[in-house]
Amino acid sequence: MDRISEPFDFTGLETELLLEMYRRMLQAREFEEQLYYLFLTRSMPGTMHQATGQEAVAVGVISALNQDDYVTSTHRGHAHSIAKGVDLKAMMAEMFAKRAGVCKGMGGSMHLCDFSKGMLGAFGIVGAGIPIATGAAISAYVRDSGQVAVSFFGDGAVNAGVFHEALNMAALWKLPAIFVCENNQFALSMTIEESSAVENLASRACAYDIPGQQVDGNNVVAVYRAAKIAAERARAGEGPTLLECLTYRIRGHARFEAAHYRDTKEVETWKQLDPIRRFGEALLNHNLASQAQLEHIQTTVEGEIEAAIEFAEASPEVAAEDYLLYITDEASHA
Amino acid sequence: MRELSMMEAIREAILQEMRNDSRVLLLGEDVGKFGGAFHVTYGLLDEFGPKRVWDTPISEAGFMGMGVGAALTGLRPIVEFQYADFIFCAMDQIVNQAAKLRLMSGGQACVPIVIRAPQGATGRGAQHSQSVEAWFMHTPGMKVVVPSNPYDAKGLLVSALRDNNPVLFLEHKMLYGSASPGGGKALVDPSIGSLGRDVPEEPYTIPLGEADIKRAGHHVTVVATMLMVHRSLAAADELLAEGIEVEVIDPRTLVPLDIDTILASVRRTHRAVVVSEDVGRAGVGAELAALISHGGFDDLDAPVERVCADSTPIPFAPAAQDHAIPSRADIVQAIRRALSDE
Repeated sequence: MDRISEPFDFTGLETELLLEMYRRMLQAREFEEQLYYLFLTRSMPGTMHQATGQEAVAVGVISALNQDDYVTSTHRGHAHSIAKGVDLKAMMAEMFAKRAGVCKGMGGSMHLCDFSKGMLGAFGIVGAGIPIATGAAISAYVRDSGQVAVSFFGDGAVNAGVFHEALNMAALWKLPAIFVCENNQFALSMTIEESSAVENLASRACAYDIPGQQVDGNNVVAVYRAAKIAAERARAGEGPTLLECLTYRIRGHARFEAAHYRDTKEVETWKQLDPIRRFGEALLNHNLASQAQLEHIQTTVEGEIEAAIEFAEASPEVAAEDYLLYITDEASHA
Repeated sequence: MRELSMMEAIREAILQEMRNDSRVLLLGEDVGKFGGAFHVTYGLLDEFGPKRVWDTPISEAGFMGMGVGAALTGLRPIVEFQYADFIFCAMDQIVNQAAKLRLMSGGQACVPIVIRAPQGATGRGAQHSQSVEAWFMHTPGMKVVVPSNPYDAKGLLVSALRDNNPVLFLEHKMLYGSASPGGGKALVDPSIGSLGRDVPEEPYTIPLGEADIKRAGHHVTVVATMLMVHRSLAAADELLAEGIEVEVIDPRTLVPLDIDTILASVRRTHRAVVVSEDVGRAGVGAELAALISHGGFDDLDAPVERVCADSTPIPFAPAAQDHAIPSRADIVQAIRRALSDE
């Protein structure tokens, strides 16, 4: 627990950036909380995985990137898309499986992507995005574009073979990649102690001779600073970094999964470490924002999510045969 | 016109496309300084350097996934597997990622990637011999190319490299005209006269989804791919002595499949035999037989015959291997069965 109680160090950071990060975290929280409510109260298509309590990881890392940098995400990926700037209305319409969805209703919660924002996709297969982000890093290197590719994945993914394969190649070739392990303590029901021979997942970086760092994943500023260093390193041609962001999955694995396998006291302890509350309190304590400002952001975000839901509800349904348009690309190629 | 082997024709297609399009790059095991397990990529590292030709570690899922990531971000990678059997190490990246991304993204994703792999039974035992095309014919979202000769191989590969979708490009080891490392001289199937064919030097394309009638005949339609085209042609030669004229159709691509050319032939011959080196059970032959039986029901005078590999891993002993996959004699017998009610 001591590893996730890092104090906020605001030195040298613009208030505008801090408030933007606060707003993005709230958007992610509110998006998922309202979605949870929708799943509870009406018939919604498919399923969804909440990252409640993990918002600082997505927002901290992505705030340290350039707009044209690439991100791969996971089945628990709404926060990554929101942090990357994907349109909330289009995201919500996708949750409703509507044609106006960011993926035209063809992807759903687990396959969100927006190529115009560098969001290459949430991947429903654990670990699958790791080599794909590494390929985006090769692409950036080959094109000499100066872009960085970030792969988000959970603690469960570090035990998949592609984690090793991709990190080895990224390190071998010093590719501009950042590997962000969002350690929320659980791979569905399985803990790190039950699944990994080493508990410190960042220590696996030594196998690839790259920096590996554990970060307080509930402290958005600490995450931001670590990602900033990793991004500079990547852009300088010095190769990838493995960041292990320590956080906690406040909700169950998916939808209403009750997570009976864990200690309720542990959940309560982590709720006290809520990344949004901690960030808000620190902003107030450092006189970087007023209570009124934070409340205004909250109200604005609530309105945005409400508008997104209204947009999604009012959007036309997918036509049943729409999928025929997307199986392969038959547009002529120059 | 120059005579090139399949290996040389494929290399020329890659070389010319890499010269024409800086987005084309190559990833795979030993494709660089070694020149590829069957020498297909020999010399490419020297011309294009390590930014275009990547010698990867033995990490099939990893480098396949990297190919997907590179394809999603503006490049047009060729991913080479040393043997088609090794593709199974990378199934998630091909089946769940490359093939599904376009649909899952609502048409945003473009995954222009060519997966090249040598396949076919050539005496190396079960893990270096499998014919894998049916696995990917069964995978919506990708195309499957199965050339039988150098001319087709070059034109089809150029088309594959210009296609915006994942394309599996299979190369039969028995047709390469090159040896594997330590393999001594090139393997040549007795059904093939010469492995060399006239191949124009300038780049040309053969559209994916256009079958080619390799031999015209009016008694029976034989549909075959890759090595089986040659064995079917040899079977046709044998039967000609008896006055049986066999039409041999090479679909050249299984996805998309030119079923129209096949059905048009069946309308003329009223009989069909499908020949494939992959296993019969739920295989290419099963799909072709179903399509011909349905689309040609009113034209057929006999059930569609299938000549496919036994449902077995390919055994090592040469006699056992040869028994497991379709031979010229098997094809001749099947043709006789198809004609037997005459």
